[in-house]
Amino acid sequence: MAETAPLLEARDLRVTLRNGLEIVRGVTFTAEAGKVLGIVGESGSGKSITMRAVMGLSPPGAVISGSIKLRGEELVRAPERRMRALRGSKIGMIFQDPMTALNPVITVGKLIAEAVRLHNPGMSASTARQRAVELLDLVAVPQPEIRVNQYVHEFSGGMRQRAMIAMAVANNPEVLIADEPTTALDVTVQAQILDVLKSLQDRFSMGLVLITHDLGIVAGAADDVIVMYAGKIMESGSVRDIFYRTRHPYTRGLLSCLPTIAGEQSRLEPIPGSPPLLSARPEGCPFHPRCPMARDACRTEEPVLRPVDNVLTACHFAEDLRDGGAGRVTAEAERA
Amino acid sequence: MSIVVGARAHWMKNLTLRPALVAGLLIVGFWIVVALTIDVWTVYDPLKIVARKLQAPSLQHWLGTDALGRDVMTRTLYGVRYSLSISFVVVVCSVVIGSLVGALAGFFGGWTDSVLMRLVDVTLAFPPVLLAMAVAASLGPGLQNAAIAVIVVWWPVYARLMRGQVLDVISRDHIEAARAGGASSFRLLTKHILPLSWTPTIISATMDFGQVVLLAASLSFIGLGAQPPAPEWGAMISDGASHFYSWWIAFGPGMAILMLGLGFNFIGDALRDILDPREH
Repeated sequence: MAETAPLLEARDLRVTLRNGLEIVRGVTFTAEAGKVLGIVGESGSGKSITMRAVMGLSPPGAVISGSIKLRGEELVRAPERRMRALRGSKIGMIFQDPMTALNPVITVGKLIAEAVRLHNPGMSASTARQRAVELLDLVAVPQPEIRVNQYVHEFSGGMRQRAMIAMAVANNPEVLIADEPTTALDVTVQAQILDVLKSLQDRFSMGLVLITHDLGIVAGAADDVIVMYAGKIMESGSVRDIFYRTRHPYTRGLLSCLPTIAGEQSRLEPIPGSPPLLSARPEGCPFHPRCPMARDACRTEEPVLRPVDNVLTACHFAEDLRDGGAGRVTAEAERA
Repeated sequence: MSIVVGARAHWMKNLTLRPALVAGLLIVGFWIVVALTIDVWTVYDPLKIVARKLQAPSLQHWLGTDALGRDVMTRTLYGVRYSLSISFVVVVCSVVIGSLVGALAGFFGGWTDSVLMRLVDVTLAFPPVLLAMAVAASLGPGLQNAAIAVIVVWWPVYARLMRGQVLDVISRDHIEAARAGGASSFRLLTKHILPLSWTPTIISATMDFGQVVLLAASLSFIGLGAQPPAPEWGAMISDGASHFYSWWIAFGPGMAILMLGLGFNFIGDALRDILDPREH
């Protein structure tokens, strides 16, 4: 029975900070085993906070409401002891900056071995070390036997991110949350890290949640996409539908910020303005001050997520958007 | 192997580049050796009257004799036992108590932090000597009580230091990463936060040895620490103060306090330079 429940399912998830600001406002999504869910949004859109809530790592004093279920097990209001048992074993997490997210005073081997032994208390130190070597090998770190005895500062950026992935998958988690895993890396290394993530995900049929602000990465790696803005989901759907048949002006705005490989030498179009402050969200649709299509209804009435064609979108005038607006990103999407 | 050699070379370099560190180690080392071996080679008994009283320094009595006719040199050398042991006990206890309080306050935050840190604020609001005097006086005179009094005054400094350090370390990404790996609070604190938070405490503690020597001597000076006839430096200076024209009675222990304090400060300064990553 439990196996038939979706791997990770959030329903109307809300996160309110201690100061009363609601930074995640009713987010609903499902991540399935063996699939990649991309969560896209600008800084401050609430995408990281959403996933922190899944891990039970919300900032102190934050109030979480709604429901998060891992294989049918409710995680919101689960006791800390239970969350601790899940973190690192059923749910693994990779952080943005491998320069700072690995403890500098412990060797990489010990870090990984610790991750293993935390959830296998009976395992001997030498077995755990052996497992650390295997894991480094798994994420394609060359000479893992030598590398285990080195410190983080002896690793390059890409190798550090591999080590972090090795830590995160040490206990074969069912869900792997990657929070901007490639943002701090240079472009050639980004592709390698994505390859490692994809191959691990295939091999262990994990559900991978990929948080990013880079649509190019989503196009290449994700199966489904959620576009977040100001703590809400603006649009969600399969990666093809989102890229080719978007029904939301914000998604379209993001897409026209991307350069094309094959395309004509047109100027990139940035979205005017910047995301609203948490404390000063506009009335109505949160995107309306920056939206080229905004009308009176957008200023007063907040749109709800509804199905339009193949996607779920939160726009009053979704039907007015025609296909092809994202045609310029064809090359990006095809690169996958 | 090469790492070991490298580390040794590194230390040698530190020693040759830092004459103050060498001086500090020599001074403190000298006093430690004296404290450990004085029984074997002492010429006089520090508690016995060995000559006429109030004699000026001479070849028989390098630092003269005190108001009862005891040898000041011998008493000064014996005095280091009191100073070293009290400063060691005080610093170790203060570091343990203060670090524990500071680490808990910084780690758990919220109410724990508020309560513990207000306690620290209150303690630090008193002039240290005054508070130590009050505590020592209420406990009654004696070396042990003086030590307790100095600990009461001293631990809040380390609590503040450790709290600040823990707050700094706890905000780093790798702590959250460890949490995301399922580490418990206890594990986070002991394995991931404390090992990165010790440096300022170690430096401060080394510097504080000298200060504690001084404070303990002050308590003895006003009669709240070691009791006569114990050859404690503060008590000896107190004796000297009442025989002002026999300057040598206070000179020996005074110079000893100066030396020991200077030695600890030299070491502390050098340690700060060596351990502070920003210096490299």
